[in-house]
Amino acid sequence: MAYSPHTPADRGRMREALGIDTVDALFDDIPARVRANGLDLPEPLSELEVARQLQGLAERNRTGVTSFLGAGAYRHHIPAAVDAVLSRGEFYTAYTPYQPEISQGTLQTIYEFQSLIAELTGLDVVSASHYDGAAAMAEAALMTVRATRRNRVLASRAIHRHFLDTARTYFAGGEMTLEELPTAADGTTDLGALERELASSDEPVAGVLMGQPNAFGLLEPMAEAARQAHDAGALFVAVVEPVSLAVLAPPAEYGADICVGEGQPLGIGLQYGGPYLGLLAARPDLVRQVPGRLVGRTTDVEGRRAYVMTLRAREQDIRRDKAASNICTNQALCALAATVYLATLGPHGLRDVAALGAARARELEQALAAIGVERVHSMAYLNEFAIRVPDAQAVHARLLERGVLAGLPLARWYPEDEQLRDALLVCATEVTSAVDIGHFAEALREELP
Amino acid sequence: MTAVGPAAARPGDPAAEEVGEPGAVAKGAEQDVWAALGRRYAVGPSLQPTLDELSRPGRSSHKVPHAPPDALAGVPAEHRRREPLALPELSEPDVIRHFVNLSQLNYSVDGGFYPLGSCTMKFNPKVNEWAARLPGFAALHPLAPDALAQGTLELMWELERWLAEISGMAAVTLQPAAGAHGELTGILMIRAYHHARGDTDRREVIVPDTSHGTNPATASMAGFRTVTVRSAADGGVDLEALKAALGPRTAAVMLTNPSTLGLFETRIEGLLDAVHEAGALAYMDGANMNAVLGKFRPGQAGFDVMHFNTHKTFSTPHGGGGPGAGPVAVGPALVPFLPGPRVVREEDRSLRLERPGERPHSIGRVRSYQGSVGVLVRAYAYLLAHGGSGLVQVSEDAVLAANYLRRRVGEAYELPYEQACKHEFVASARQLKARSGVRMLDVAKRLIDKGFHPPTIYFPLIVDEGMLVEPTETEPLETLDAFAEALLEIAAEAEADPELLRQAPHEAPVRRLDEATAARQPDLRWRPMTGAQTPCPD
Repeated sequence: MAYSPHTPADRGRMREALGIDTVDALFDDIPARVRANGLDLPEPLSELEVARQLQGLAERNRTGVTSFLGAGAYRHHIPAAVDAVLSRGEFYTAYTPYQPEISQGTLQTIYEFQSLIAELTGLDVVSASHYDGAAAMAEAALMTVRATRRNRVLASRAIHRHFLDTARTYFAGGEMTLEELPTAADGTTDLGALERELASSDEPVAGVLMGQPNAFGLLEPMAEAARQAHDAGALFVAVVEPVSLAVLAPPAEYGADICVGEGQPLGIGLQYGGPYLGLLAARPDLVRQVPGRLVGRTTDVEGRRAYVMTLRAREQDIRRDKAASNICTNQALCALAATVYLATLGPHGLRDVAALGAARARELEQALAAIGVERVHSMAYLNEFAIRVPDAQAVHARLLERGVLAGLPLARWYPEDEQLRDALLVCATEVTSAVDIGHFAEALREELP
Repeated sequence: MTAVGPAAARPGDPAAEEVGEPGAVAKGAEQDVWAALGRRYAVGPSLQPTLDELSRPGRSSHKVPHAPPDALAGVPAEHRRREPLALPELSEPDVIRHFVNLSQLNYSVDGGFYPLGSCTMKFNPKVNEWAARLPGFAALHPLAPDALAQGTLELMWELERWLAEISGMAAVTLQPAAGAHGELTGILMIRAYHHARGDTDRREVIVPDTSHGTNPATASMAGFRTVTVRSAADGGVDLEALKAALGPRTAAVMLTNPSTLGLFETRIEGLLDAVHEAGALAYMDGANMNAVLGKFRPGQAGFDVMHFNTHKTFSTPHGGGGPGAGPVAVGPALVPFLPGPRVVREEDRSLRLERPGERPHSIGRVRSYQGSVGVLVRAYAYLLAHGGSGLVQVSEDAVLAANYLRRRVGEAYELPYEQACKHEFVASARQLKARSGVRMLDVAKRLIDKGFHPPTIYFPLIVDEGMLVEPTETEPLETLDAFAEALLEIAAEAEADPELLRQAPHEAPVRRLDEATAARQPDLRWRPMTGAQTPCPD
């Protein structure tokens, strides 16, 4: 047995204490007609064989390509300190801190996580985390519905495709609707359309959702959009990339009532999509609408500072069908990764990460412009932008054969959009080197018709 | 600041009085921090200052190169952060010592017995951690073209087939991020199924009164009204009550089997027949699947959909409250509605992800990308190590250990149900309370002094002064006996010195907490800092 401590003698002693001859007696309550007889699965493997099989699978993935792919999941340098802390069994083999007296480690780190995300966003109430950015945005959209008692949510089309798709799935069950706001030719959200939708009087709007940077990497006029939303009595939700907040205005400053985002860039590996970290921060007066766990600081009976899960009356195990959400598990270990990442990098380190990405992206833009490849959109970007390449999907495939992953062909997400038919969304981060950029530009030049 | 935050903290809280004193901690305030922690220095595994209190201007660690001065030239001023970023300034040694010391305030499975019923706190195999960190898995971009991802796609394909066999279902989605997320996925599929048949009046979901809170919360989130049915005296669902609740408005019944009382639903055939006769579908909350691997296959028995909790059944780490994964298995009727993208095997044996819109009836995505793949790698490693026969042994050992411990605990605590339990059991301190006045909460806190993590208490709600004990299959007999002895000792202490229990724990890093103040005056973050105290290097 792989991990069982029980010897045949131990099992015998337990059966004897129970007065049974075989363990089958303990399964006699399963009616014969639905009783299964074992599993048609392979034989057990030793650790050596397990390791060999998994190593073989891992090696069949090709992660050594020169990558300019971001689109919501970003490659960053992860300080070794992050995994050193995550590997502590005291953290990763504990569970939800239901017994605060023996869970202060987890509780304090969640409180510190909440505090750090509050510093980044300027919004004071931060949930202990959600499954991922997409789920966090869906929850935020539902928050706007609960908080305003209105049913109509407007979301910019230039929010990550998967976020919009996920929100639509979450909205399937209720009375509420999710409508996409169009983008203008410059790639940012059409604020004229927003104004018209907000003014249409038949159904008042609960929330307006916009990305910063948006799904095309562009910087959106968030303050103006927030003002329009507020004038119509709607809440404004900013969908952000957290590293960018080291250099971009904090969402509270431009009027966001709720801020959500994918926390993966904060020290969490790409892992083909998860586990990631859904960030959700909100204005203090929205605290009772916030889904998921919250940790607060208090004292113990001796007056010592201590931490505890609080405002639990919002949660499913107390409120059942009246809960703010069905969420139970959060992403505590991923939140710990983000906490250690931010603590290790500090204010200057995080700014360097964000600013270096921007610098590398500009070098990339210039190198591509030098071979005649132009951006699709005119608006300012931070570290990700779309380029126009003739026959983009075929060129993308040929570049891959040469070891270059040339971002995301946007036609995959926007098949109906003429402007994006031949667009590749490319990004740079601090790990992108000048050599990588040279390699990309050279290969692309040779592949262009 | 408004009602929430540092300004609302209690008077005398040193941290609250320091607003506007950024970065460094003033000398007097620093002494107050130590007073609040009940100690004099930051070394060693006891209560720790926060990261912001440890911050000192100018401390840093050089993790990435400095950005050039003109790095942000392309970013218009209107979009830029004006105030310097306010994060703590720390060296790497500060950071490591802080978190290592904090870690030692935690109770964990690696350190001790954690019989938290309903949570399945079994050993987390170390090779699984190693596997998930292999660069081929860990560094794979979620939007990587299929050709770059064949190893992970193969793992996902295989894992789906293992889970289909274990569940007796037709197909599996690995996308949901946790059990509750799986529930939402399953219930949304049920909704889509009824709607696709033009059966749009089914607006109710039935749950038993012993269900996990996530079940009714999920139903609400998916737009259904919850109808709760009572349990019978034997702890199972009352079949007649269920039949009375079923009708043309019932979309689904959500059952946990074995139930949250640790009991197998002996009337399962009648329950499933009644559900299907009413035209509803049967959802199985698979939280307790670890008890019946190879003994009960829900799909074969007639359930239409179920979720797994990989962190319970397949021992992926609980992580202090996540991340989990909540794969969902479905019978043939629900396959068209599975979320996308699914993994598809091509004729040339290569694997690919479905393209958007490939299955018109799909409920769509429930999250970004493909799922908690790093968690799924661990689950797959667990399955490989056990194989079919090992998984059956897991359930047999878990059930044997639970029944053995139940017998021993029953020497001093009431066992409200006679039926043999599965992987967990309920015991009650009702009689103990009547005799001594101590509550189950006090018993649980006293267990901490004896070196054990307490079981789940006051769940399921239908048991008065209940505790739900789940020993799992990875605890040796000596530990089970020691735990039983501790509970028996506590029962004796309750009658001899009830105050000892009411004041417990006595030997934990902190004593009982003022939870009322925490909720009345929420302090959810440290005081705002006002920016880095040292100039940026550029």
